[in-house]
Amino acid sequence: MQRVGVFVCHCGSNIAATVDVKKVAEMALMEPGVVHAEDYQYMCSEAGQARIQEAIREKQLTGIVVCSCSPRMHETTFRTAAQRAGLNPYMVEIANIREHCSWIHKDMEEATKKAVLLMRAAVAKVNLNTPLRPGESRVTKRALVIGGGIAGIQTALDIADAGYEVDIVEKTPSIGGRMSQLDKTFPTLDCSACILTPKMVEANAHERITIYTYSEVEKVTGFVGDFTVDIRKKARSVDMNKCTGCGVCQEKCPSKKTPSEFNRGLSTRSAIYTPFAQAIPNVPVIDREHCIKFQTGKCGVCAKVCQAGAIDYEQKDEIITQKYGAIVVATGFDMIRLDDYDEYAYSQSKDVVTSLELERIMNAAGPTKGHLERLSDGKAPKEIVFIQCVGSRCADNRGKSYCSKICCMYTAKHAMLIRDKYPDVNVTVFYIDVRTPGKNFDEFYRRAVEEYGVNYIKGQVGKVIPQPDGRLLVQGVDLIDNRQILKEADMVVLAAAIEPDPDVRKIATMLTASIDTNNFLTEAHAKLRPVESPTAGIFLSGVCQGPKDIPETVSQAGAAAVKAIGLLAKDKLLTNPCTAHSDELLCNGCSQCANVCPYGAISYEDRQVNDHGIREVRRIAVVNDALCQGCGACTVTCPSGAMDLQGFSNRQILAEVDALCR
Amino acid sequence: MPECVKTMSQAEREIHLMTAQQQTTQTQVVNRAKELLADGTVARVLGWKAGELPYAPQPAYFEKEEDLEEFVYNGFCGANLSKYMIEASKLDGKTLVCLKPCDTYSFRQLMKEHRVDREKAYIIGVGCKGKLDIEKIKAQGIKGIQSIQGAERTDDADTLTIQTLYGERTCAYADVMLERCHVCKGKEHMIFDELIGESRDTKDRDRFAQVKEIEAMTPGERFAFFQKELSRCIRCNACRNVCPACSCRKCVFDSSQFDSAQKANADPFEEKMFHIIRAFHVAGRCTDCGECSRVCPQGIPLHLFNRKFIKDINEFYGEYQAGADLEPRGPLTSYVFEDVEPGIVAERG
Amino acid sequence: MSIEAKEEFRPKIVAFCCNWCSYAGADLAGSSRLSYPADVKIIRVPCSCRVNPMFILRAFEKGADGVIICGCHPGDCHYTTGNFYARRRMTLLFSMLDFIGVESGRTRVEWVSAAEGVKFSATMNEFVEKIRSLGKNVRLEDLRCQNV
Repeated sequence: MQRVGVFVCHCGSNIAATVDVKKVAEMALMEPGVVHAEDYQYMCSEAGQARIQEAIREKQLTGIVVCSCSPRMHETTFRTAAQRAGLNPYMVEIANIREHCSWIHKDMEEATKKAVLLMRAAVAKVNLNTPLRPGESRVTKRALVIGGGIAGIQTALDIADAGYEVDIVEKTPSIGGRMSQLDKTFPTLDCSACILTPKMVEANAHERITIYTYSEVEKVTGFVGDFTVDIRKKARSVDMNKCTGCGVCQEKCPSKKTPSEFNRGLSTRSAIYTPFAQAIPNVPVIDREHCIKFQTGKCGVCAKVCQAGAIDYEQKDEIITQKYGAIVVATGFDMIRLDDYDEYAYSQSKDVVTSLELERIMNAAGPTKGHLERLSDGKAPKEIVFIQCVGSRCADNRGKSYCSKICCMYTAKHAMLIRDKYPDVNVTVFYIDVRTPGKNFDEFYRRAVEEYGVNYIKGQVGKVIPQPDGRLLVQGVDLIDNRQILKEADMVVLAAAIEPDPDVRKIATMLTASIDTNNFLTEAHAKLRPVESPTAGIFLSGVCQGPKDIPETVSQAGAAAVKAIGLLAKDKLLTNPCTAHSDELLCNGCSQCANVCPYGAISYEDRQVNDHGIREVRRIAVVNDALCQGCGACTVTCPSGAMDLQGFSNRQILAEVDALCR
Repeated sequence: MPECVKTMSQAEREIHLMTAQQQTTQTQVVNRAKELLADGTVARVLGWKAGELPYAPQPAYFEKEEDLEEFVYNGFCGANLSKYMIEASKLDGKTLVCLKPCDTYSFRQLMKEHRVDREKAYIIGVGCKGKLDIEKIKAQGIKGIQSIQGAERTDDADTLTIQTLYGERTCAYADVMLERCHVCKGKEHMIFDELIGESRDTKDRDRFAQVKEIEAMTPGERFAFFQKELSRCIRCNACRNVCPACSCRKCVFDSSQFDSAQKANADPFEEKMFHIIRAFHVAGRCTDCGECSRVCPQGIPLHLFNRKFIKDINEFYGEYQAGADLEPRGPLTSYVFEDVEPGIVAERG
Repeated sequence: MSIEAKEEFRPKIVAFCCNWCSYAGADLAGSSRLSYPADVKIIRVPCSCRVNPMFILRAFEKGADGVIICGCHPGDCHYTTGNFYARRRMTLLFSMLDFIGVESGRTRVEWVSAAEGVKFSATMNEFVEKIRSLGKNVRLEDLRCQNV
């Protein structure tokens, strides 16, 4: 029999105002096993903890129940306090009589009754608790960064600078990400490439950073401190060690009709290509799907012209297996597809473009060499209409419910740049709200309106109708003047919503990192742990966690790096002892539990057992404590009840059920 | 034997062949079993032997050739021998086991769960043309049964002739088949080393007809129906002991794990809990072999629980037959993102 | 705590909440002072997939009038896949309870995230209302426990 102490917290008046705490303590003394009960103003205070410790020592308590706030708040506090008094920390149970009782009920009698029940359930549970001891696991001093955009690069640089090895895995042939596609950046109008390229070079040259481009994460096993990752290095068909990056192969390649991903399909590229001039590594890849040699067997021009002999048609995908202590996800974003937005004529007219396409049009390395022109006829536009919130802040399920956050600012940037370079072009922006929370952001927007004469109209566009003469008729409303607007434009630019890279769901599944309905990775706490995933050892950097601009991305990248460094700096980690265990005398060895284990923590071994005198070799499930995260899926799959979860055992939960239904 | 054949005339040989064809499945199995015992392929034979009553053959092991004289195979051999292979897999040497087509599903399911060892089994897939339910014969008012002819069903004999203390009685074979044979899974054996005897698909009813009938009742009627049926349960555990899916070394209802160790029924809920949990534990694994209902001494239609789960699984997660494949994941150990929500139960009304 | 016959019917409701989403959602409902009836008592489990049908039946056996299981939204499970298994298990179990004549409104699964305090409270209010309309669970109760 346990010797249980019950400690009822007033939480000032938070609990005591609605729950008769004295009564709860009094009732506790009538519960089996309870040898001590008291109430106190603030159990979590130093004095409160001291009382608990004193009672543990004096009354030789073997278990305690604290009736207080949510265990999510102070479970650790009380466990630590108990441990200091020599009690196993897992002999502590919390009855949540604040969040689940005093704060939501008004009637004192009713709330007290419920608090007593919650106390009884916790006492019933603690009576069945057993001391648990966390295991230890080692930390591999190496980090993996998934995604080689500005977020991934910054995180990798920060971790590497702190002295740890970092690998970047990037699925495209070059690092750089979305930022490399941008022309200028707000709010200072820096050239994007000018500030990004040095970072790319620095990462490439860093002695502790290894970059795997044209590579993808294929498999992740393990857990915080000790992940094992398989990286698929896709066959580049070019020997990275031999290639000099001279570019002759790309010039001579006869297959030049493939839409350029980098230019958002507005221009074409050769089958052997580097995405852009400053690509890192400056080694092309052969896009086998569009390569004549791979498709028909006849060609081989690149191999002939390559003086370094770097072309290797026989190259195969390579799997690199590496151990990591921490993983940072920096998978970034893409624009949403506009298939469902026919009213803006995106698929009907070449002159309706997305902002990212405009970004390429404005860029000197882009499809128009930086000249602002209509893609349909190459003529210079005179009238440009920007439409905001295309798919953002969307009430229906065509788009996204969230604000994409960056569009207001980049549209102001675009408008300003166009007016600056082409003063004769009229720019009109249709917006729902202009959102400029950021340092120097509102000043930036006001410059667009006041200095550059950009015409902002609060209102939405209902339809864009291509005219026979090639112009675009924009039908909108002006909500301030409350009037219909019909405007002829030469170009329409859509601020399409951004969404997480579609591959992130696959990656999240591999990492067992949780993801929200919009495919953004969930942070461990929205306010207090914004760069950590709830899955230990997984950190979030950049837009994969939520829409953000470059300065925010870079700061988050740094924060994620710091969290990862904090983990890598440790030599050992304590593991959660609330893991599943299989009773060898009850286990059927049927393998059903392994089917539902998300961590691959269950294996089977043939073991000699002694079942009440019957000695035989049986196939028994064995749980790897280091891998098990304690979800309990296996315990319900197990028909014989051989699998049970420490800390949440069948009998403990049943005891709670019984106590609550009493 | 070869010499014997040599001395036969052509006519004699033809007669010999004809008799071989007409030989009952029982004789053929016995002959084959003797050969396999003799050449050491198998160490024992798992089949049926005559019981005290003519309609109650019992599962039995045979280790010597002469023992096989007692081997019986007829329409009353409903018992599914798959479950016996769990223990037989631990013995030295192979066990020859006679499995009817529907029994092979159970065997495969047990293989999937690592409970039986395929290497330890020599499976003779025995032909089955539907098995008999003595309760249905008795229900026809036939009493004082002394012997029954026609239990070895042939294509042209669809009648049972029963000698009773009160004279000879007959009844149509199809009228007294086990419920499960009316919803026969088919005449194919899912796994076997060799086949002996012809099988027939005896399905002539909708497998879910009864489940649908109950579903159509009001909740009150359903409650009354199951209250009435389950109140007869005496917790003899026959259903559990015979069930090939219910093969835990130690049942949760016998262990302290859930504080649910077997005890006298103190309230009407206990047996419900037992049967719901039992059905839940075998959900997605039950092959619908119908043994639970066959052995229930109280005649409770226990298969309805299993079949309800099977019907739901088929409707919600796609057609599934346990034991039809060796895919390790079953309906309750897999999922798809778009699965129906539990709320569907309330919505369906 | 004996229930006197003439008193207003106060149902016993057990809510199993997963530690990561729904328990936190309940905490948020609490800190936001979003009230729901005291009839609801929460049991913390690591994941909705930890809820064994045995727990639910036992609650009914001991006199619960309704049982609700709350977990992370499908796809958001802290353990990635736990709630997917819970979803299948509970769908089948509830269907079986309905089949044997237990009113289908007495069991419910709701996905409540840590941010959905409002949803948690609304769900509990709704569920309690439903159970009140169904009345006492006479069909599944352990008769022995009434007068303890």
